[in-house]
Amino acid sequence: MKDTQTLEKEQSTATKTVRISGSEAIIRCLIAEGVDILYGYPGGAIMPVYDELYKFRDQIHHVLTRHEQGATHAAQGYARISGKVGVAMATSGPGATNLITGIADAQIDSTPMVCITGQVASHLLGSDAFQETDIIGISTPVTKWNHQITKASQIPEVIAKAFYIAKSGRPGPVLIDITKDAQFEQFDFSYEKCKGVRSYNPVPKTDIDDVKAAALLINAAKKPLIVWGQGVILSEAEEELKAVIEKTGIPAAWTILGASAVPTAHPLNVGMVGMHGNYAPNVLTNECDLLIAIGMRFDDRVTGNLATYAKQAKVIHFEIDPAEIDKNVKTDVAVLGDAKESLSQLLPLLKANSHEEWHQKFKDLYAIEYEKVIKDDLYPTKEGLTMGEVLKEINIQTKGNAAIVSDVGQHQMIACRYAEFTTTKSNITSGGLGTMGFALPAAIGAKMSAPKRDVVAIIGDGGYQMTIQELGTIFQQRVPVKIVVLNNEFLGMVRQWQQLFFEKRYASTEMTNPDFVAIAKGYYIDAQKVTKREDLKAAVAEMMACEGPYFLEVCVEKEDNVFPMIPTGASVSDIRLE
Amino acid sequence: MSEPKAYTVSIYTENNIGLLNRISAIFQRRHINIESINSSVSEIENVSKWTIVVKLHEEQMKKIIGQIEKQVEVIKAYFHTEDETIYQESCLFKIKSNLLFDERRQIESIIKDNNARIVTVNREFFVIEKSGRKEELEVLYRELSVFGIMQFTRSGRIAVTKDEMKISKMLEAFQH
Repeated sequence: MKDTQTLEKEQSTATKTVRISGSEAIIRCLIAEGVDILYGYPGGAIMPVYDELYKFRDQIHHVLTRHEQGATHAAQGYARISGKVGVAMATSGPGATNLITGIADAQIDSTPMVCITGQVASHLLGSDAFQETDIIGISTPVTKWNHQITKASQIPEVIAKAFYIAKSGRPGPVLIDITKDAQFEQFDFSYEKCKGVRSYNPVPKTDIDDVKAAALLINAAKKPLIVWGQGVILSEAEEELKAVIEKTGIPAAWTILGASAVPTAHPLNVGMVGMHGNYAPNVLTNECDLLIAIGMRFDDRVTGNLATYAKQAKVIHFEIDPAEIDKNVKTDVAVLGDAKESLSQLLPLLKANSHEEWHQKFKDLYAIEYEKVIKDDLYPTKEGLTMGEVLKEINIQTKGNAAIVSDVGQHQMIACRYAEFTTTKSNITSGGLGTMGFALPAAIGAKMSAPKRDVVAIIGDGGYQMTIQELGTIFQQRVPVKIVVLNNEFLGMVRQWQQLFFEKRYASTEMTNPDFVAIAKGYYIDAQKVTKREDLKAAVAEMMACEGPYFLEVCVEKEDNVFPMIPTGASVSDIRLE
Repeated sequence: MSEPKAYTVSIYTENNIGLLNRISAIFQRRHINIESINSSVSEIENVSKWTIVVKLHEEQMKKIIGQIEKQVEVIKAYFHTEDETIYQESCLFKIKSNLLFDERRQIESIIKDNNARIVTVNREFFVIEKSGRKEELEVLYRELSVFGIMQFTRSGRIAVTKDEMKISKMLEAFQH
């Protein structure tokens, strides 16, 4: 039984009934959900909705991207930097299919996103009508939920549900497909936010006995290691995590998507795990006596060979998604629930500690990594520029306050390794799917969502050309993003693998590139190209000082490799430094 | 790792278009063959029940149940071994009518011995129905196949569990 207060509150969130079209209802639903910006591309089957967007343009800002894939990545960037639901819109057929890459990316990286697609009129469904495609069928395996609307009256409830499902629990993308006749249809509209779906339990209840069992193991451990992931950021548990590590003195490492939850400079932050992560946390994963995983999913790029991953350690897994428990790594204690909640419950049960001897091992291994890898990456003595020194210069000039949006490949690994973060939600990259072309549009969404923050996109010359047309969006919308292309004239990561594992047979990885500066200038974006070390500092300064968007191309060493590296199938402790 | 075993998966879901695609995709993505699949109403109004038979290792089965339960419109999913369920399949044989009137009356005795029944008879053909375990159905198939079967079809497995399923209670809990 609900109390009167709750009932009153619920009634006040419901809007009054008015008779309007389905397409107007869609816009009103979006406004009611707090959507201020959405990204999309018009076309036949979504035109009634665009007509309403025109009428509501003072309340909701639609950003025309240059390709629907760009709309999804922009919505992702918007979501990742703010924690809010990103929204993308497209027409039926090719418009809808072009969303799929971004949707798959959001699914694997747990990004809250609602995609709305137009569809042919309901009487044409299944007739192979112009621009008809079965987008519900196509998007099913890559969405958290999807639904087709064929009657206007379904719009409010389904859209409310879409936002609720996208954001709650482990977030993810939702696609709503709306037939054109439903967009035109008049109906009695009222809106009420979704408060629950009976078949869906977004946040499993944390069992205090599991928390106690975890605390027992943590308090008894001699060599514990925390590995946190994006779950910490998604549940906004950064302070709780920090409190746990500061009280217990446990060294804490992060997955790519977990980066920035705890500042890079924090003394207990021991770096990144995984294929190109730091030496110490990877090697010591196979030496710790307790592995405490928080909001991460033991991705294969993190674990390397599972048969030799942390076999000596007991494993605790704090996780919101029950399907992740024991999926890849067998746990001794699983603590289900929201990380913010479970870590709050854990904290008072923990004993203060410092683990000094254990920390010394991390420091010793860091010293080795510094000598063999980091020193030459950040302070190179060779003639050619390194990607690492570009990152270092950006760190210095932004004081670590910029959000770094990286694409996929060598530059991404360098960005994640060397970016110095002071603020959470600052590492925006395509982790699980590895979507080249992600960064440029994602940076647009991130900057528009957080206009006061510096947003620097770090992109390779390959990925840049996959969504380069979004320069048009940047120009038209005057989005002051800083675009840094680290140009090595190669698809660098693939080339690195060809060098290491395919005897230098550089099959289709060499790029003959256009004049990137001319292209940026073609879009009236200030641009320059740096080829010498002595020009780097001034160029970065000019970029950061520029009020509008800026394009900086840095020509880096062509055949540098990213180390450390765990070759596929190798153990985390067999990480290579050269 | 344990040996692959036949499991009966029971899934209670909302009755929505597209859920078949969503659930079958979970198996397809992992290259797992579905031995049989059945969808029907359940004991609860507006709740569908799926019965799927797969052969898997137990570890794999548990992970897949997790993936199924993760779907927004799935209320609850269970998996059971053969001895934890009461299960049946059903099949139909269409056979030429003249065989029924054969002097040796072989077909008639096969029907009796197998506890099958005749559903319909007309001039051209008659239809035999048999429900039971897959092995029993296979015996009948072998015995009838020597006479020539015009058409044969077998349903997916349907099953109830020996244990209680607490779906109604779960749904009630949501209402409060």
